[in-house]
Amino acid sequence: MSWLVIAVVGVVTIAFKASGPVLLGKRELPARVASVVEVLAPAMLAALVVTQTVGGDRELVIDERLAGVVAGGIAVWLRAPLLVVMAVAAVTAALIRLL
Amino acid sequence: MVRTSRTRDGVRAALPLAIAPLLFGASFGLLAIDSGLGAPGAVVMSATTFAGSAQLAAASILEDGGGAASAIVAALLLNARYVPLSLAVASIFPGSRRRRALESQLIVDESWALAGRSGRFEYRVLVGAGLVLYVVWVGGTALGTVIGDLLDPEAIGLDAAFPALFLALLAPYLRNRRALATALVAGGITLVLLPFAPPGVPIVAASLAALIGLLR
Repeated sequence: MSWLVIAVVGVVTIAFKASGPVLLGKRELPARVASVVEVLAPAMLAALVVTQTVGGDRELVIDERLAGVVAGGIAVWLRAPLLVVMAVAAVTAALIRLL
Repeated sequence: MVRTSRTRDGVRAALPLAIAPLLFGASFGLLAIDSGLGAPGAVVMSATTFAGSAQLAAASILEDGGGAASAIVAALLLNARYVPLSLAVASIFPGSRRRRALESQLIVDESWALAGRSGRFEYRVLVGAGLVLYVVWVGGTALGTVIGDLLDPEAIGLDAAFPALFLALLAPYLRNRRALATALVAGGITLVLLPFAPPGVPIVAASLAALIGLLR
């Protein structure tokens, strides 16, 4: 049973990840498609931020992650390097959890 | 100064983050033992699926006795976001179709996001970062099957570090009005769907915000 899960999830995920480079490849995209692909990055990043900050299993979960991300957001605004942003977020969440 | 990025730049970008996939990999390894996936199964899954949230979801469903079908559906919904992520970087992979298929397996949220940090996606950064994350994820999984209960990523706040990383990588896009509008709509779609839709669906739905690119 568990090997069935491992096999199906593995094969389909491999296909998901390969879809762009294999199907589209280096082909020149029509201008309209290219302009959609161009803003795909900010769309997906914003969606990742939201799900990983307040996401739960069919619910919004407000917890220490949100405080950490707000603190990290301030670090971003102050133009801190990536690692500092991550450290600020992690330490904030960890400290609040300790309290 | 304009300079082509090298694989080493990707390795260098990902190495300091590697503590997180190590500990989350270990969490998965531990959970996999409890869920009946077993140690070999856990390592094989990390090496083939290589996607943290989907693997953790599948293992926790199996542990709760949820059955193979629901574990598969949940994991695949969570991984469906790799279709839009993969489309966004489709053009950067060189070489034969087989080589592109193989190297595209290094696409994972963090390597993908780091590869785009300069405002355009860089193949070598994606491959370098992806390789580091892959090795650490598979190694962390193996470690977790043995000593998983000693490693807790949430105790040191790592679950808050990744959304903050994605926020930092999103920030440079927001100076462009169209990208800002897209990000706001995508974030809004995600937030509205989170309380109702199965995990993974909100992110995929948010990719529709990219249709804003069609407006002139």
